[in-house]
Amino acid sequence: MSQVVLDVHDLEAGYEPGVPIVRGASITVNKGEIVVVLGPNGAGKSSLIKAVAGLVPISRGRVLLDGKDITAAPAHIMVRLGLAFVPQTENVFPLMSVEDNLKVACGVLERREAPARIEEMYAAFPDLKRQRRTAAGNLSGGQRQMLAVARALIVHPKVLVLDEPSAGLSPKFVSMVFEMLSAIRKSGVTILLVEQNARAALAIGDRAYVLVEGKDRHEGIAAELWNDPVVAELYLGQRPSRAGEGDAA
Amino acid sequence: MSLQFVVDGLLTGSMIGLGAIGVTLTYSILRFSNFAHGDFMAWGTYATLAAVSAISAMFGKVAPIAPLSFGWPLLVALAVGMAFTALLALALDKVLFSRLRSQGQAIIVVMASFGASMALRSLLEFTFSSRPTYFSRAIQIAMPVGFGIRITPDQIALLLLTAVLVLGVHLLMTRTQTGRSMQALSQNPALARIVGIDVANVVRVTWIIGGALACVAGVMIGILIQIRPFMGFDMLLPMFAAAILGGIGSVPGAVLGALIIGLAEAGAVQLIGAEWRAAVSFIILMAVLFVRPIGLFGVRER
Repeated sequence: MSQVVLDVHDLEAGYEPGVPIVRGASITVNKGEIVVVLGPNGAGKSSLIKAVAGLVPISRGRVLLDGKDITAAPAHIMVRLGLAFVPQTENVFPLMSVEDNLKVACGVLERREAPARIEEMYAAFPDLKRQRRTAAGNLSGGQRQMLAVARALIVHPKVLVLDEPSAGLSPKFVSMVFEMLSAIRKSGVTILLVEQNARAALAIGDRAYVLVEGKDRHEGIAAELWNDPVVAELYLGQRPSRAGEGDAA
Repeated sequence: MSLQFVVDGLLTGSMIGLGAIGVTLTYSILRFSNFAHGDFMAWGTYATLAAVSAISAMFGKVAPIAPLSFGWPLLVALAVGMAFTALLALALDKVLFSRLRSQGQAIIVVMASFGASMALRSLLEFTFSSRPTYFSRAIQIAMPVGFGIRITPDQIALLLLTAVLVLGVHLLMTRTQTGRSMQALSQNPALARIVGIDVANVVRVTWIIGGALACVAGVMIGILIQIRPFMGFDMLLPMFAAAILGGIGSVPGAVLGALIIGLAEAGAVQLIGAEWRAAVSFIILMAVLFVRPIGLFGVRER
């Protein structure tokens, strides 16, 4: 039995009291896995992982990280607990240099550890090293995503949580981002990912959940889900690919 | 033509600039215009004055540090006043601003700061009366330094102090983790929390810096001009003008904006006439905003 890193149980969450967007969703992420959360628009995918990351108020259920209850911990504590979140948009500080974006995230590390960690990120993402003095707002979409991911990884998270990393990127960058995530998993990082681009996400994922109306409705092996008739049905009769915007494959 | 306006302008600019740093930081990090900032200046100055009196009561009369008009008691009192003003700002945030901020309407916080401004000013008038007072009644002889410029030792010392403080704040903002956290919070509050920044802590640092610098600006005014309960309120407009001119959120911008306004005012007094003093600085403000609405060092909102 593989070790459960993230255990989300019967979660209900929403921005306004009494109006839950996430309605009893349960997902688990095992160590070393890439788990993908799919679902039609408005299914509450983003709200689900934002609630997990402490950004959307939780009204019921619990979130365990490595067995420890982190339900509704304040967002700025999450990264200290080992959960690093990469938002879909505005996920870098645009006026700060690439290097300062990385440095500001090192606040939760031991002070002496920070320079070495930044160098490790530069080794993993040579593009960022070349652009270290560039303001993050001037990076290309793909590089910005790379910086956001590096910034999240720098703190040795137990789980990396990403909200639609391919959104708004040109097809060339979409495949680059998924290759990057695949490589990150190989280095031993556990990943939870929400995606519209079902085909590309399932191609790199281990397991996937389909979220409909705030509830997990289906779970399966990522590679098999693509041809699963239930999934097509849940996407209102569409192939999952058509629900996604940029189909990279 | 005399270049005396350069010294006068730099001095006025220093006073405005030290205040404008607080205004611009409060605006960009706490997202509201703090109209009580001028009153932090006045309170800091009176606190410093009270500390000077307390020291001279304890140690008797202390000779000034030649050639300055003040001795070590004022320097110690200034440190006391800075700490006091920082605490005042923190206290005001705790009892007033933070509660209103959590309700999320910026305009209410701005109005509350108006109210706080009036209350603070009235308390000063009530306690110290509205009669002007001074740190020292000694008259300093200005030394000629060429080009028709005359400057007193106090003025030189205060210009140097301003330069050191501005450099210090700039290094804090750009070279330390605290400064990067402040920049991060001003650029994207949600992401700042995600990367692990404790917002409450950054807010505290912002008030401490703003309050302490407001006190220094007030004491400068007290040394070079006079101490009055209205001294800070009268600086409010130039401080906001400087912060806007320099680009909201930018510390170097606020200081540069303040120097431009200070020099323009002093130049106007000398070249056109004292009655044009305020007009000229605002004409410059409008002209700059006409060409560059985001201010000199400002950045377009995304």
